[in-house]
Amino acid sequence: MEAAIMVNLMFTVFALVTVIGAIGAVLSRNTVNAAMCLLVCLGGVAGLFVELDAFLLAFLLILVYAGAVVALFLFIIMLLDVKGSLGGINRNFSTVASLAAVALIIAGVAAFLRNAVLPTPNPASVLSVGDTLKSYAELLFTTYLLPVEVVGFLLLSAMLGVIALSRKST
Amino acid sequence: MIQSSLLAYIGLSAILFAIGFIGVLLRRNAIVIFMSLELMLIASTLALVAFSKFNGTMDGDVFVFFILTVAAAEVAVGLAIVVALFRQKQTIQVSELDSLKH
Repeated sequence: MEAAIMVNLMFTVFALVTVIGAIGAVLSRNTVNAAMCLLVCLGGVAGLFVELDAFLLAFLLILVYAGAVVALFLFIIMLLDVKGSLGGINRNFSTVASLAAVALIIAGVAAFLRNAVLPTPNPASVLSVGDTLKSYAELLFTTYLLPVEVVGFLLLSAMLGVIALSRKST
Repeated sequence: MIQSSLLAYIGLSAILFAIGFIGVLLRRNAIVIFMSLELMLIASTLALVAFSKFNGTMDGDVFVFFILTVAAAEVAVGLAIVVALFRQKQTIQVSELDSLKH
């Protein structure tokens, strides 16, 4: 019983951190602040991953997103030195359109959640399968071997594409 | 306090996705639009990990691997495009990048 209360408390805290970070990342006028809020949001998501017993994914999320992606964002923001005040909000037809689209997304998911037949066991009692490196390796090198190769090729082509794009055009 | 059930995780994932979607449609700064795209990808990974955990399978967790890889490649290429655009036009406001319109 104590464990269940703890799990729910941690879920609430991490969910709040995630949502607040996401709202900050989307709405803050300063681009550097937006990147920092994205970092906070990623920390919250990593906490949620830990709570879902996906320890390796939480570690990778911090390593790849917080370590590489957000650092790259900050690097580009500071390289370009764009004035923060220019990053305003589009106030026209697209505001209405986006709010309507978001309302549709929320309504759709809410309708799905109300009528869905989903497995709802107690999180503490579910057997954790994603907590060992071995289980990842087994799937990655048997069932998903072809996707692993394709993703490796994708990374190579992305690297070549970046080199080609960032070359000075003559 | 919220019960940490599968429904709660899916709901949270939908909220994150919606926030990212608002960002993509509302903001005019190309870099912030990119961050919102990342937010939407992360929302989908959260749903995948939650489904994977509550169904007792590993496949969702492995998909997250691939999503992380694709997101990293996408950010690298996207930011290179932003830098190339900034070199050409001296701006990254998408409202001013409308040469394809005219």
